[in-house]
Amino acid sequence: MSKKDNNIPESENTMEKEYSILNLGPTHPATHGIFQNILKMDGEIIHEAEPTVGYIHRAFEKLAERRPYNQITPITDRLNYCSSPINNMGWHMTVEKLIGCAVPKRVDYMRVIIMELARIADHLVCNSVVGVDTGAMTGFLYIFQWREKIYDIYEGICGARLTTNIGRIGGFEREWSKDVWDKINNFVKEYPKALKEFANLLERNKIFMDRTVNCGPISSKMALEYSFTGPNLRATGVDYDVRVATPYSSYQDFDFIIPIGTSGDTYDRFMVRQEEMWQSLKIIEQAIKNMPKDQPFHADVPEFYLPPKEEVYNNMEALIYHFKIVMGETNVPKGEVYHSVEGGNGELGFYLVSDGGRTPFRLHFRRPCFIYYQAYPEMVKGIMLSDAIITMSSMNVIAGELDA
Amino acid sequence: MNEELFNKLKEKLTAKFHDAVEVSEITYDFPTFTIKKDHIHEVLTFLKNDEELNFHFLTDLTGFQTEDEKHLGVIYHLHNMIKNNRVRIKTFFDINKPEIPTATDLWPGANWMERETFDFYGVRFKGHPKLKRILNVDEMDIFPMRKEYPLEDQSRDDKNDKMFGR
Repeated sequence: MSKKDNNIPESENTMEKEYSILNLGPTHPATHGIFQNILKMDGEIIHEAEPTVGYIHRAFEKLAERRPYNQITPITDRLNYCSSPINNMGWHMTVEKLIGCAVPKRVDYMRVIIMELARIADHLVCNSVVGVDTGAMTGFLYIFQWREKIYDIYEGICGARLTTNIGRIGGFEREWSKDVWDKINNFVKEYPKALKEFANLLERNKIFMDRTVNCGPISSKMALEYSFTGPNLRATGVDYDVRVATPYSSYQDFDFIIPIGTSGDTYDRFMVRQEEMWQSLKIIEQAIKNMPKDQPFHADVPEFYLPPKEEVYNNMEALIYHFKIVMGETNVPKGEVYHSVEGGNGELGFYLVSDGGRTPFRLHFRRPCFIYYQAYPEMVKGIMLSDAIITMSSMNVIAGELDA
Repeated sequence: MNEELFNKLKEKLTAKFHDAVEVSEITYDFPTFTIKKDHIHEVLTFLKNDEELNFHFLTDLTGFQTEDEKHLGVIYHLHNMIKNNRVRIKTFFDINKPEIPTATDLWPGANWMERETFDFYGVRFKGHPKLKRILNVDEMDIFPMRKEYPLEDQSRDDKNDKMFGR
């Protein structure tokens, strides 16, 4: 289903064609978040689409210019809120790059675990919602409880579920409790069954395939020109993954493959995400197995890492650092860094310019959603309205990241 | 790590564009070049089409305001995925004449990034197919990311903490 393929001849010199205008959104239940598309329709076929974005723009880049470095972490939560830990970790790593702080291997591995859990949560939402938009509610209802289990893990680590603010510059806020480790182990053990079940439901389902194969395709050439990254680019057949191209947080230690698609259609995007969830599980297993022992859970950066409360009360230096961090008076070297991580839906980049002051001089988020959503009008040209909806859900456009 | 790439880039760019390359530096292992505004499009075209360099992917495009608040800048991050090389290209121009050629003819993906830069910094990209605000409301008549528009009302003194210089 997909490209215009009917045998009705184009009307010639009979009557002039008339298009109808349809407002899809801003709060249409089938669009994900607040997007508006003004569609020029020829019957049920989209002739032209004009997306309007910015409904939840919150001026994060401007806000960041007034905030000390550790107060920017909560801002990053609200970019791609389906996988906030990845954004948090990306930000911490950017600052660590700027201040030249090396973190212990153990922190790297813990970060990898939490980032891969976040990736699973992100892909899980996206894929189950593709199911919903094709009419398969069941998969969504079955699989969604696993996102809750991931959120329970977040909660055990940092106390928050959605906008996590997890970790600190230099490491984690505290050692993970036994309960957290149990939950992670349990998740790794139990989740494959659920994912298998979900895969059985959809992957070779005739109706699902009819609906998604060759729906909203994009060629690899066009995807590259439109600066696609992440699963959407990989679905077109380009094996670019930041985790492998520029390994951060010790990703070079892990053995995993980058799944790629061939045609870049909705089905390929779905399948790439499915396979990435399996790979994420594999990475988590390796991280748990090879977790370095007897290492601290944070780096030794007293100027940025908030000291434990007991020390603040009993130790002069800790008190000074505590005060400086809370008041945001730590000095940061001058410089500019670009750091990118593989977010839930692409290369999430942080371009940070510091003039040595307490706040960034300029901080720019390279938000993959914002960049690839501009190809959407091109992708939906000439396809049916119902296909346009699943194209959008399979692209995993997250309003928070789109509008920053 | 990127020292070699930097040297090669510097050699190639200065051989081809001579004075157009104002600053070449490597910051945090990231080759960075500042190009004169008039040559920016040529340089980007060269970097994209040169067979050896082949910076075929536009990672990021963003605006910037210099510390003296009199100049605006545009910063490009280019990427060669095959060799995994990255380069940062900057260009600066007078804030009263913020005009620069568009990069949409090289990368269609620059479209929204340029619109965003226009929206927040007021940089006019000549030749852009549809240069209008993207995230802010159309009626807005300022460019909010410029430093002349502080985040909070600076006349307020209830938040003024003299001891910490805020």
